[in-house]
Amino acid sequence: MAEEKDMQFEQAMHQLEEIVQKLEAGEAPLDDTITLYKEGMELSAYCQKKLQHAEKQLIRMIDQDGNETPFDPTAGEPNE
Amino acid sequence: MSNQTFLTVQALTKYVKRKFDADPHLRNVYVKGELSNVKLHPSGHIYFTLKDDKTRIQAAMFKSRTSSLQFKPENGMNVLITGDVTVYETAGSYQLYVQSMEPDGIGALYLAFEQLKKKLQQEGLFEERFKQPIPQIPQRIGLVTAESGAALRDMYSTINRRFPMVEMYLFPALVQGRTAGPSIVKAIEQANRLANLDVLLVGRGGGSIEDLWAFNEEEVARAIFSSRIPIISAVGHETDTTIADFVSDLRAPTPTAAAEMAVPDQLQLMQHLKNQQRSIYLAVQTMLRQLNKRLETVKAAYPLQYPDRLYRPFIEKLDNLDERLQRSSAAVVQEKRMNFDRLYAGFQYYTPVRRIQLEQQQTKQLETRLNRAAEQTIKQRQQHFVSLMRMMQALNPLQVMERGFSIGYKDNEVIKSVHDVASGDKLTLQVADGSITTTVENIIPKEVE
Repeated sequence: MAEEKDMQFEQAMHQLEEIVQKLEAGEAPLDDTITLYKEGMELSAYCQKKLQHAEKQLIRMIDQDGNETPFDPTAGEPNE
Repeated sequence: MSNQTFLTVQALTKYVKRKFDADPHLRNVYVKGELSNVKLHPSGHIYFTLKDDKTRIQAAMFKSRTSSLQFKPENGMNVLITGDVTVYETAGSYQLYVQSMEPDGIGALYLAFEQLKKKLQQEGLFEERFKQPIPQIPQRIGLVTAESGAALRDMYSTINRRFPMVEMYLFPALVQGRTAGPSIVKAIEQANRLANLDVLLVGRGGGSIEDLWAFNEEEVARAIFSSRIPIISAVGHETDTTIADFVSDLRAPTPTAAAEMAVPDQLQLMQHLKNQQRSIYLAVQTMLRQLNKRLETVKAAYPLQYPDRLYRPFIEKLDNLDERLQRSSAAVVQEKRMNFDRLYAGFQYYTPVRRIQLEQQQTKQLETRLNRAAEQTIKQRQQHFVSLMRMMQALNPLQVMERGFSIGYKDNEVIKSVHDVASGDKLTLQVADGSITTTVENIIPKEVE
């Protein structure tokens, strides 16, 4: 769950959406509902934290040989 | 001269017209030229003159054909026309009747574009069923464009502004010139070798149709079609349409727009997250409220509030049954009693008491009768006795003696005959006032006759 640090944002969002759907369907028993609620809130907090702490990324350039080099397009000269 | 036959104008014109119409080269002619004297008639027909440096021809395009026009014909415009040539008899002129008209000037490229578009369309490459869905929240985005282009900077800044979490991979490609096509194809293939890309943006900034031409090439179109990674085309400006746009999974009008389509907006995501949180909270609140309400309802339920009402109906039923039982048993008893009474009456009727009573009555009657008979008998006897007494009195010897008779006894035996006594016997004579003792002296028997 949200404790897993490796969890992908998208996965977390997906799980969160599933939980919301389940809860909104209102078919889960009370105990499950409370578990879902706790999980949902944790996932939501996790996603928000990830969003807030996301930093600008550089582009990784991959050439024809598959070599990867960091690349900042804003540093280059616009010449198109 | 005078013996020549003169044709009418009409006949001549008809003849010429027939010549025109019979000539297959005048049907489905392809002709190009410059528009002049264009008249858009209110009826919807278009009349104009098609010319080049030295010659001209009158042309007409009827309303039924003009609906296929993709542009507005204007004077000075170079056009490509298909149509047929025939004679307009009234004016005695020949005219080009236009079937279709397209702007010239793009020339061979335009033709190539249209031909390739038609070909790929027929192959089905543009069909909706081949479109791959674009993931809503990608983790890795590939960019196929020029490393120095404005398109890359636009996409980069847009993605970083909207969703900096995503990883970007650039697959640099030439996007202009003769080698652009193969370069783009290689970049797309390279991106597909990197297994975990979620979406690929392929494009470049705006330019002339010649500048954008690589994106109209067949090998690029096929590379886009074959890509395992969903591709958003990001070519040129809004007005530019390329084959790449048709064949890609999603078409963006510009590179910036492609970047916007590729990643979610973090602000919206944040809002979405808050909405999700709210939804979760509300859902649980609602559920708890409903459960509470149910609990309250159950608690307030009639039977729980008034438990006696649960069994009240049974009490009533029991009472009812009891009453019925009593009523019915009373009836039974009554019936039995009536039976009994009837039997008892019968029984009583035949009871010995009654018999006894009867017998007693009879006895009494008999007794009475007996008594009466006895009384009568006694009375009769008494009367008889009285009469006997009277007779007796009348016969009483004492009375006879009072009249002087006496009764002689010998040893207390009345002497009735002379033979009862002998001489010397002592006899007693009973007289009325006493007795006399005597002795027999003489016996004289009565003389028998």
